Amino acid sequence: MSFISVFDVLGPNMIGPSSSHTAGAAAIALLARKMFQGDLKHVEFTLYGSFARTYKGHGTDRALLGGIMGFAPDDSRIPDSFAIAEKDGLSFRFLTNLTESDIHPNTVDIRMEDGSGRTLLVRGESTGGGKIRITRINQVEVDFTGEYSTLIVIQQDKPGVIAHISNCLSEKNVNIAYMKLYREEKGSIAYSIVESDGVLPEDAADQIRRNPYVHDVMLIQPQQGGGL
Amino acid sequence: MNFKNGKELLELCDKGNCAISDIMILREATGTDRPKDEILRRMRRTWDIMKDSAVSPIHSPKRSIGGLIGGEARLLFEHQASGKSLCGSTLSRAITYAMAVIENSSSMGLIAAAPTAGSSGIVPGVMLALQKTHDLTDSTVVQALFNAGAVGYLAMRNATVSGAVGGCQAEVGVAASMAASAAAELMGGTPQQCLNAASTVLMNMLGLVCDPIGGLVECPCQARNAAGAANALTAAELSLAGIRQPIPFDEMLDAMYTVGKHLPHEYRETALGGCAATPTGCSLCSLS
Repeated sequence: MSFISVFDVLGPNMIGPSSSHTAGAAAIALLARKMFQGDLKHVEFTLYGSFARTYKGHGTDRALLGGIMGFAPDDSRIPDSFAIAEKDGLSFRFLTNLTESDIHPNTVDIRMEDGSGRTLLVRGESTGGGKIRITRINQVEVDFTGEYSTLIVIQQDKPGVIAHISNCLSEKNVNIAYMKLYREEKGSIAYSIVESDGVLPEDAADQIRRNPYVHDVMLIQPQQGGGL
Repeated sequence: MNFKNGKELLELCDKGNCAISDIMILREATGTDRPKDEILRRMRRTWDIMKDSAVSPIHSPKRSIGGLIGGEARLLFEHQASGKSLCGSTLSRAITYAMAVIENSSSMGLIAAAPTAGSSGIVPGVMLALQKTHDLTDSTVVQALFNAGAVGYLAMRNATVSGAVGGCQAEVGVAASMAASAAAELMGGTPQQCLNAASTVLMNMLGLVCDPIGGLVECPCQARNAAGAANALTAAELSLAGIRQPIPFDEMLDAMYTVGKHLPHEYRETALGGCAATPTGCSLCSLS
């Protein structure tokens, strides 16, 4: 059983009204934004289940849009996120999908685009009390929470890539708490996800990028102060 | 240093000759490897958020996004100021602040969940009322919040604080038991008296269903926060008066959890039963 902090009981500090439908939504979008490297110009949110049915009354839409602009779940700008996005030239769209039933009830797909055709799709679930997890990147199913320092490597599924990643990390004296490879099919695009209790260093990510089979590396650091 | 239930918590208090809040601070420090002053600073921030959220709707009433509530804190404040309040100063303040926090939360204001967003009014409501009527310092109240945290932690660990799992008794009931225990400590009660007060709240709110109109955290949630604050103060008073609570907190928590799991799903946050399923509840729900 993981440690229950007193701030898990008296917290999270959050914009209301709902820890799952508001705070969790902001947290998913904030994490998705950290994964998108580039200038975000357009974002499309597809809401499922309870998110799709009750998003207006819970401010889920404003929380998602705030999160994608980098606002944490306790950021008082969240209620005004529509106006802020328009002022900043970020275009956005909300869609609902009420037909898909084989899915966690509080799920959102976030499709991000920059001006030059770069896109990223991230699926997140709000699992209660403001906790979240990411369950899909583009077409590949993954599973991580962003609570730890997290490295995501997008790579060709070839022999030696995993060894390269772990060598780079071991050279920087990183203690790997968790590492898993996710892939759609053998030999295609794969995602390696590494989590560490400490802080994964930026230069390790740079070194991992040098392998020709590595397409992209994302490094995500957890929210300071553990606001969640 | 850790404890798994109320019995172990009381043994640690007894051994260290200290309060429940002291044990909870020590547990946080050892469990997270953080210094005590950092933990106290962080709780001070939580308390500041709680106070703001309990007071701001009195001065600037806010309409909820679902449109079912708004302006209640101002009405209660004015009623009390008119001298016509039925409740004494502590209770009328506690219910005003508790309602205010939910008004704030439902209009996308900043709150601290305690232990959930839907039950976030009770702990700040009771604590702020006692601070005002008993002239307590912020650091005294911040210390007592760790007592509330200890009770909430045990509920999260050994039962549930989710309305979808255990009904409103698990959200408002647990929040009120946290507030009752912290209130007892603030007023000089022993650790045993704190857990007796927490146990009494669970007993008195046993079986309360979660039935939000339209699935929104507005009605009946807001009024239930007022009821939770009243229950917390009542239970703390019983305990401090020396009235015996025969059922230990751990057993009452088990009972609450068992009752919660037996609730039909209509009464666990699905908005299919209770207030939500009344003809008026349904018509309001379709408007939101």
